[in-house]
Amino acid sequence: MAYLDHAATTPVLPEAVDAVSAALGELGNPSSLHGSGRRARRRLEEAREQIAACVGARPSEVILTSGGTEADNLAVKGLYWARRAADPRRDRVIVSAVEHHAILDAAAWLEHHDGARVEVLPVDGAGRVDPDSLRSALARDPDSVAVASVMWANNEVGTVQPVAELAAIARDHGVPFHSDAVQAVSTQPVNFAASGADALSLTGHKIGGPVGTGALLLRRDLACEPLLHGGGQERDVRSGTLDVPGAVGFATAVAVAVDRRAELRNRLMTLRRALVGGVRDQIPDVIENGHPAERLPGLAHLTFPGCEGDSLLMLLDARGIECSTGSACSAGVAQASHVLLAMQASPELARGSLRFSLGHTSTQQDVDAVLEVIGPVVARARRAGLASVAG
Amino acid sequence: MRVLAAMSGGVDSAVAAARAVDAGHEVTGVHLALSLAPQTLRTGARGCCTREDAHDARRAADVLGIPFYIWDLAERFRADVIDDFVAEYAAGHTPNPCLRCNEKIKFAAVLDRALALGFDAVVTGHHARVQDGRLYRSVDAAKDQSYVLAVLRPDQLAHAVFPLGDSTKAQVRAEAAARALAVADKPDSHDICFIADGDTRAFLQRRLGSQQGPIVDADTGDVLGSHQGSWGFTVGQRRGLDLRRAAASGERRYVLAVEPASNTVVVGPRERLAVDEIRAAGPVWTSSRPGTGFGCSVQMRAHGMVSPATVTVEDGAVVARLHHPQHGVAAGQALVMYDGDEVLGSATITAAGRIAADA
Repeated sequence: MAYLDHAATTPVLPEAVDAVSAALGELGNPSSLHGSGRRARRRLEEAREQIAACVGARPSEVILTSGGTEADNLAVKGLYWARRAADPRRDRVIVSAVEHHAILDAAAWLEHHDGARVEVLPVDGAGRVDPDSLRSALARDPDSVAVASVMWANNEVGTVQPVAELAAIARDHGVPFHSDAVQAVSTQPVNFAASGADALSLTGHKIGGPVGTGALLLRRDLACEPLLHGGGQERDVRSGTLDVPGAVGFATAVAVAVDRRAELRNRLMTLRRALVGGVRDQIPDVIENGHPAERLPGLAHLTFPGCEGDSLLMLLDARGIECSTGSACSAGVAQASHVLLAMQASPELARGSLRFSLGHTSTQQDVDAVLEVIGPVVARARRAGLASVAG
Repeated sequence: MRVLAAMSGGVDSAVAAARAVDAGHEVTGVHLALSLAPQTLRTGARGCCTREDAHDARRAADVLGIPFYIWDLAERFRADVIDDFVAEYAAGHTPNPCLRCNEKIKFAAVLDRALALGFDAVVTGHHARVQDGRLYRSVDAAKDQSYVLAVLRPDQLAHAVFPLGDSTKAQVRAEAAARALAVADKPDSHDICFIADGDTRAFLQRRLGSQQGPIVDADTGDVLGSHQGSWGFTVGQRRGLDLRRAAASGERRYVLAVEPASNTVVVGPRERLAVDEIRAAGPVWTSSRPGTGFGCSVQMRAHGMVSPATVTVEDGAVVARLHHPQHGVAAGQALVMYDGDEVLGSATITAAGRIAADA
């Protein structure tokens, strides 16, 4: 079996498994006042400090969440609610066209249920946001903008956005800037302070930590309304009994990922070059999507003209190759990717795409396994593609 | 064989897939997403392709240990089945969308794609039997679905596997329970899958709009009432006429004809529904064409309406002379010809009348 779907989830690091299982054996609610509670609180705060140190944040800026989706929702909705409560003119939400659905759908929900006006920043053919488009959207009426959000790196095509530049533009206009950095931490120099962003989403399971863990890094002076009400455990912005094993596992994964980042980056670039070059040798008309340079090193998003992505996926799955069509699912039905459509791909080409994503356990053997079967698989998928058009 | 099992999320297709696994085939499950706007939950026996159905199909595939995927055929289904359904009603016919789905989707779009992807056959949970390329009724007469499969050509039947044809529905449910399939007691689906609330007339009205027209007495030509669109009526229908004037004799009246060109619905007494000569076009022969004239039994509705008949085939049209007159034969339905339990072929009904009246 060759696993090339690390952008969906990546194997949990042995160090994280050890840290989680050790913590699961320990009693204590960090909010309790007795000895067990204090010991649990200490482990949790050490984990928080470790996370903060690894990503250039202060510990008090780390709001632990159940993952990237919650962090994204908290940033978009929480900042919108707080900013509009402070000044009712602030009803605009600015997002890029290639955001994850955790951002896009949260913004759409605000539009449909809470009076928000959502503005979508276009991207170029490589999936990059033009900083000038943010600048002009803000300059038009900066006092009416509640929040702006542009992701650090795209989960489908891997394009990395000019986050520092975008954050600086937002700051110049006095508008809080959020970025979803879920896909970026393992290979990009994610540093909260240096980025200039006001809020940043992180998740554990894309970097070798446990699923169900993550954080929103949030500047301390920025008001944010909670999604989850209750005990107010996380700065009164997030409630729910604190998850010590999750926090410890997440912190361990962040620390390992940051420590090995440069090595992983180089290794993935080499593997990706071999993968894309090898595929192109067999399928000369393959289209490589995303930015040629400003990109995640381990992610290759390829379009195979004349094929249906789900045919390719099924044929590869039957041969032990695990990858993704890279697009969101609705009732399990593959939709043409909103990311590719935003990049001006035709719906036909958008449907004929696969995402291969490499990660910390990837090897040359994984690449070789793909190259061994990709030619016949694409040939067969093309016949099936023609059959479904003609039939 | 490498086979593709179409899994709706219901009990029949789950057991059919299970039997294909037991038979030693290499089985891959596929749920066909046919609705452009799937609902979240299934309500009772109506509707299909909800997220819940997809979940049930996936869960059954998990239990069987087979790979499972969802194929999006919603656009094809809309064009080939739903639009056809609406157009047929607009033309005054009474279509059978299940038959059309088998003809155009399951054993065309899906089968073609399956063959191209390297599969040898498509497995479904239909209650019918295929032996040596010939199609037969299910042993469960109440659940028999050979009528909606009779439109398949020999090249389609050659790649169709129906593992349930030798079993009754009760046996299938018991087997599902024994296999620990959670869908064992899921209600049967009935009605039209893409009309989730079961209100066909309201569905057609949304698509075709309303236009008031007369309801006319077949004998006198008197206008007895009005309707909001002739497409809302089917030959043989009694309910929903809402006539202002009772017949002189006080007897019930039925729809005898639907005339879309003049937006007229013609009604009359039940005996006027009786027909014994059926004309049908576009015959499809299941295995080999039985000849230009032969005796057989014919069926003109998905359930019931069976009569012995003498069939002649000329110029690509079929004429069936019924030995027992039938009531409520509607254009657009299939005329399916059987030799005992074996399907000989089918054709689309274009007209029905009385032999005596023709003379």
